[in-house]
Amino acid sequence: MTLRRVWAWATSLRGRQLWVTLAGALVVDVMTGPSGSLNDPTAGFAGSLLSRRVGIFLLIGFAFWLLVTSRERLAAWSRSWTAAVRPSRWLPSRWYRLAAYGVLLAVAIVLPLVLSPYWQEVAVDQIGVYVLLALGLNVVVGLAGLLDLGYIAFYAIGAYSCAYWTDSLPIHPPFVLNPFATIPFAIAAAMLAGVILGAPTLRLRGDYLAIVTLGFGEIITIYATNLQSVTGGSPGNSRPIPHFSINLFGLHYRWGIDNMPYYYLLLAFVVMVIVFFHNLENSRVGRAWTAIREDEVAAAASGVNTFRYKLLAFAIGASTSGFAGVLFASKIQTITPLSFLLQQSILILVLVIFGGMGSIPGAIVGAAIIQWFPNGLKTYVRKEDLFLYLGALLVVMMIYRPQGLIPSRRRARELALAESGLVEADALTTASRDV
Amino acid sequence: MASGTGDDPILEVDRVTLRFGGVTSLAEVSIRQQRGELLAVIGPNGAGKTSLFNAITGVYRPQDGDIRFRARDQRPVSLIGKKVHEVTKLGIARTFQNIRLFAALTVFENVKIGIESRQRTGPVSAMLRLPRTLREERDGDRLATELLDFVGLRNRANDLAASLPYGAQRRLEIARALGTRPQLLLLDEPAAGTNPVEKAELEDLIRHINTEMGLSILLIEHDMRLVMSLAERVVVLNFGRVIAEGPPAQVQADPAVIEAYLGTRAYRAATGEEASG
Repeated sequence: MTLRRVWAWATSLRGRQLWVTLAGALVVDVMTGPSGSLNDPTAGFAGSLLSRRVGIFLLIGFAFWLLVTSRERLAAWSRSWTAAVRPSRWLPSRWYRLAAYGVLLAVAIVLPLVLSPYWQEVAVDQIGVYVLLALGLNVVVGLAGLLDLGYIAFYAIGAYSCAYWTDSLPIHPPFVLNPFATIPFAIAAAMLAGVILGAPTLRLRGDYLAIVTLGFGEIITIYATNLQSVTGGSPGNSRPIPHFSINLFGLHYRWGIDNMPYYYLLLAFVVMVIVFFHNLENSRVGRAWTAIREDEVAAAASGVNTFRYKLLAFAIGASTSGFAGVLFASKIQTITPLSFLLQQSILILVLVIFGGMGSIPGAIVGAAIIQWFPNGLKTYVRKEDLFLYLGALLVVMMIYRPQGLIPSRRRARELALAESGLVEADALTTASRDV
Repeated sequence: MASGTGDDPILEVDRVTLRFGGVTSLAEVSIRQQRGELLAVIGPNGAGKTSLFNAITGVYRPQDGDIRFRARDQRPVSLIGKKVHEVTKLGIARTFQNIRLFAALTVFENVKIGIESRQRTGPVSAMLRLPRTLREERDGDRLATELLDFVGLRNRANDLAASLPYGAQRRLEIARALGTRPQLLLLDEPAAGTNPVEKAELEDLIRHINTEMGLSILLIEHDMRLVMSLAERVVVLNFGRVIAEGPPAQVQADPAVIEAYLGTRAYRAATGEEASG
């Protein structure tokens, strides 16, 4: 009697899902476990199946299954909980938002002080710079709906511009500048490259832009590697790029090896960029981008110069990337073509999609989590397996929360409408309908 | 209302031919619309009505002929080769047969996008929220509220465009078009798919736009009752050609029109299908 009921449950949908999840956990366990050798060919299986590992993996699998199958119940529970404690019930929403930003900023200022030097470096090199990059790409991909796969090329252009104007490359500039003063030059160079690349391609449909930017990214990397007399080739620039410094009106300060001054410099720039982009998003320009993303023909019929606005988004993204390139170059002092590979472009795209396209908090949180993830996991898993876990995280995320962690309100609505079949719109491209 | 003070055309379609491969969508079509006139274009399915709109607004480029638009106190401008947004800037706005709103934006934002086509705030000014941006935002908000009032959607301002009922979406599309401050409004089957109550509301709205706001209106419509009650003059298209033209009553009695048009109407009535121009 009971046996039959157990069997019935085990073959039900939930039961079958449990077995699949557990089997998946076993596979991951074996794949990431120790390897056998010629003398002890079964060590791989013994080490992964007859040790404590197997328990841990099965437990994770079980927890995952619980999380997935109880999704609706969990969602209902979290809704009731957040509704009860939401401060907007007793604070005007605008104040509440400002207060939330204030708290976040305070945390961003204080938190790194209690971190170890290793994590401080991660906060600058891995997170801070990438937050800036993600914010820029968010304008291109999230707001204007353009797929840019060569985004890192503009970062490279910014970094090499900084190296050039600080006289750190084999070729010499007409005059040598402080790294701060190279920022406008780098931004101008990246923006110019963006306009030159975008002007012919943005007239075409979205898919072509992705291919062209992909090619552009490769071209820049190959130039950086092979044009040794200009860029220094694969070993990198010939003389170290100087750190940032201020020598103005009796004020002297030099950024150095220590990470914290860089952290605060980056924080200041990031806050500035956030304010600018937030204003932009809630202006005529931001609404025009949304209109283009939603329905290009209707946008044009409403008087939006679609080409100009797309080019504008592309140029703004490129200049943000170039700006981040200067910060990176001056911090790290030596740049090589290896810092500007296609993988980086894709990584930044992942940050934006993971965080939630079109959303500024999403870009920040996405960059922070994804960039923290490998460093945080490093002590627990083997180095070779790091990206296996990152990949699994992304797959799970895209299945259960395709809109990203903190999606923008507009994007979330678009996805919801698409799901209910009212409009066609996938995550990246706009719906193309006949006139 | 026709201006009545002689010949003052706002739109001249001059022997326009539009082909797609071997299919001729418009064949030497000529239409003259006077300033302030409410002109209707009718015709059976596939007669080229929407193609005409697309040729005027720059979506399609005709192979032959000319289309001239004359804004108030301006010289005539040829619309051939103009981009869609340039045509809008000149003062021609349109709605679509298969409503094309920005579904994930609010009703208010939809209207604002139309209004903002006349504003000048650039990206730098928007980033820094310079005084001009703030002033334009305020002006835009005020005008958007007025327009929503005008089409009777003010109480839905913060709802999603996609959440509106069908007839309200049609009115919102008109409000968005009016936001671009046109002198000529092209309406592509505004009453398609609406119920009798919504239809009556639309009829009032269109008449208001024509008489009180003084806009010239070019109207594509299948509902003959609506055309007869609104239009001062009717142009009939069939297979891409103008087959009749004149006051509604006269056109309705034209044998060529009855032959071309009423047969199709009977077909439509029998199948109940929505037509495409």
